[in-house]
Amino acid sequence: MEEISSLIHGFGVALSPTNVALMFVGVILGVIIGVLPGLGGANGVAILLPLTFGMAQTPGGATSAIILLSCIYWGALFGGAITSILFNIPGEPWSVATTFDGYPLAQQGKAGQALTAAFTSSFIGALLAVVMITFLSPVVAKFALAFGPPEFFAVYLLTFCAFVGTSKEPPFKTLAAMMLGFALAAVGTDTVTGTLRLTFGSTHLLTGFDFLVAVIGLFGIGEILLTLEEGLAFRGASAKINSKVVLETWRELPRYWLTSVRSTLVGCFMGIVPGGATPASFMSYGVARRFSPDGAKFGTGKVEGVVAPETAAHAAGTSALLPMITLGVPGSPTAAVLLGGLMIWGLQPGPLLFVEQKDFVWGLIASMYLGNIAGLIVVLTCVPLFAAILRIPFSIIAPVIIVICAIGSFTVKNAIFDVWMMVVFGVLGYLFKKTQYPLAPLVLAIVLGDNAESAFRQAMLMSQGDLGILFANALVGTMTTLALALLGWPMISALLGKLRGKQG
Amino acid sequence: MKTGIALAVSAAFAAVLPTGAQAQTWEPTKNVEFIIPAGTGGGADQMVRAVQGIVAKHGLMKQSILPINKAGGAGAEGFLDVKSAAGEPHKIIITLSNLFTTPLATGVPFNWRDLTPVQMLALDNFVLWVNAKTPYKTPKEFIDAVKKAGPGKMKMGGTGAKQEDQIITAAIEQKTGAKFTYIPFKGGGAVATQLVGGHVDATVNNPIEAVAQWKGGNLRPLCVFELKRMPYKEKVTATMSWADIPTCKESGLDIDYLMLRGVFMAPGVKPEHVNYYIGLFAKVMATPEWKKLMEEGAFNITALKGREYADWVAREEARHVSLMKGAGFIAGQ
Repeated sequence: MEEISSLIHGFGVALSPTNVALMFVGVILGVIIGVLPGLGGANGVAILLPLTFGMAQTPGGATSAIILLSCIYWGALFGGAITSILFNIPGEPWSVATTFDGYPLAQQGKAGQALTAAFTSSFIGALLAVVMITFLSPVVAKFALAFGPPEFFAVYLLTFCAFVGTSKEPPFKTLAAMMLGFALAAVGTDTVTGTLRLTFGSTHLLTGFDFLVAVIGLFGIGEILLTLEEGLAFRGASAKINSKVVLETWRELPRYWLTSVRSTLVGCFMGIVPGGATPASFMSYGVARRFSPDGAKFGTGKVEGVVAPETAAHAAGTSALLPMITLGVPGSPTAAVLLGGLMIWGLQPGPLLFVEQKDFVWGLIASMYLGNIAGLIVVLTCVPLFAAILRIPFSIIAPVIIVICAIGSFTVKNAIFDVWMMVVFGVLGYLFKKTQYPLAPLVLAIVLGDNAESAFRQAMLMSQGDLGILFANALVGTMTTLALALLGWPMISALLGKLRGKQG
Repeated sequence: MKTGIALAVSAAFAAVLPTGAQAQTWEPTKNVEFIIPAGTGGGADQMVRAVQGIVAKHGLMKQSILPINKAGGAGAEGFLDVKSAAGEPHKIIITLSNLFTTPLATGVPFNWRDLTPVQMLALDNFVLWVNAKTPYKTPKEFIDAVKKAGPGKMKMGGTGAKQEDQIITAAIEQKTGAKFTYIPFKGGGAVATQLVGGHVDATVNNPIEAVAQWKGGNLRPLCVFELKRMPYKEKVTATMSWADIPTCKESGLDIDYLMLRGVFMAPGVKPEHVNYYIGLFAKVMATPEWKKLMEEGAFNITALKGREYADWVAREEARHVSLMKGAGFIAGQ
């Protein structure tokens, strides 16, 4: 097979001592970037981009440069899970779903297990996605072209329905939280008409509410407020530090193979489309909650609830690089910055890159295999260290977390206004929890509301207002039907149960 | 061609030299923020990151350039940031046409006169593209097909709403009587892919946004919205170079539009601050990396500065007011 020989050649390129050293440097930097909320992978790559400019001038340098930058990307994907699990603060948007079960696990003193499960599933998701890129890239790249506005809207609809239709929360509270999220997402510039909405003349609101600021406030600050209310007795979890935790967790993980496979498929699909890692993680969590035998206990600290979003997020993050290479369309903000990098180095992403720059492309693909192995080694050796952070008393760690949250919110746009917004969202998060409204639908609507709305309105422009466009071809029709089925699932299953009861 | 660039560059140098002595009286004492009033990965973003790389690689400045994206409110976020930093010499901003279109379309209070003009870096071209699978070879064939299909049946994809792409679309409609459905997307790359996928029927992408798909045989350029053909004669595809693309005017579609890629500073800065950056950009524009960027993106190399630059911007503003009025894009109109 031609792919195998190309790949072996690629390994030859990627395995030079310099490139391997760059991989480890990249992964470590990426983990740090992923841990700090606000300083996302896109920012990290953007900051380091100029360093690679000189690098790319030497022969083979462009390959080294992309290896360094893509390893930062892998590192950030790994790192995002750490604060989600330990402190309920998602370091990256795609690790929000990891908090749902990861944080309860950590509170039960099982941070080690949660971290190991998160890192290992990330690795598996990425690995399977790279295998797909290796062998199916030409086919898959064509598939992405089939996605126009109606198809994109169907994908977002599917994400919402997969997540909400399987929710165990009271439907009206879910709906109320989600509608509030859509309203918040609507603030700022309307992309279809170019006019401003809901800004009330304030220039701070021009950009709308940044998703990261909202998440840092809702989860991080909200959590701290709740803990404060319970009194300062929280002495730090009695996290058992066990160097064997990695091996023990690994013994448990094969049980969840079906969830892993499903999540990888969801992730690859969302990465290629490109819908992105964040919707992939939500969709995968929702699907796992629906189909897992343990689904009812999701949210109380199930390892499977960590496996599902992490596998999907990493599979999506990896396969998002494929549309970037073959179409020049970035599947994620980080991929967008990498894309800029490629152009500065004098490489033109597009259909011909595979033909014109064989060394570069296969070196990059080989580095995806190796970079993820490097990443897994780095993060797994640090699991006991990360878990030990929880032993620090709350009265010391809480101020540190608040400072990190504030810095994170500030970094998003270099604006002090966002720090205040974070506080407001923190109070909102606290109120949601006190009144037992679910936060997840709110967050999901804030992060995807804008894109879903533009896709819907673009589709409506195309069809001149005819909703039939959402069923116009097999692809979009299947997705829309599937979404509606998932949304109505609780009613359908209740109905089926009744019918069966009558027969019995 | 090459000599053309060299001449332009040496002319730029010559113009800067007399002020060279003054320019040395000030240089940045901390990192310089280069604001991009657009998202990451777009044309403006690429240009700023290229400048950052060139400055770092050739050691043109003791401090570093930090690109910062402030894309909110169709770029208003970035412009307001610079407008409010009166007298601050460590902040520069690159502009797109949103310098004119955003305040007109949204009513957000800023104007180029609130800022200090520094230097025009280049002008960006616009090309009318169709999918290579369609039969249209000339703008006329395409426009006839649009008219035949009926009003609103053919879809034009573009970046953003009430910005350059939609302005050009409106201009085509006014000149020809054809009527499109304009569909706004978030970035030029996405627009090109939508055209390849057949979800829209045409685009007016900048060359750099569509070149990869043109090379790959997926798109076909019909004409460039310029008064004369682009000067780049090196073959991009097997048979065509940028110079082989006819102008829209010679094809009977009398529209020309260029987008400013220029640099401004905060209001109230001193002349030595402006002169420093003019000198810096003259050095940047003399590097081979910059020339390569210009050729790859088929840019129009016009690099005005000082009075000429301000006059150009004033003319362009007036033109945008009339274009946007004609299209009904002005806020509260």
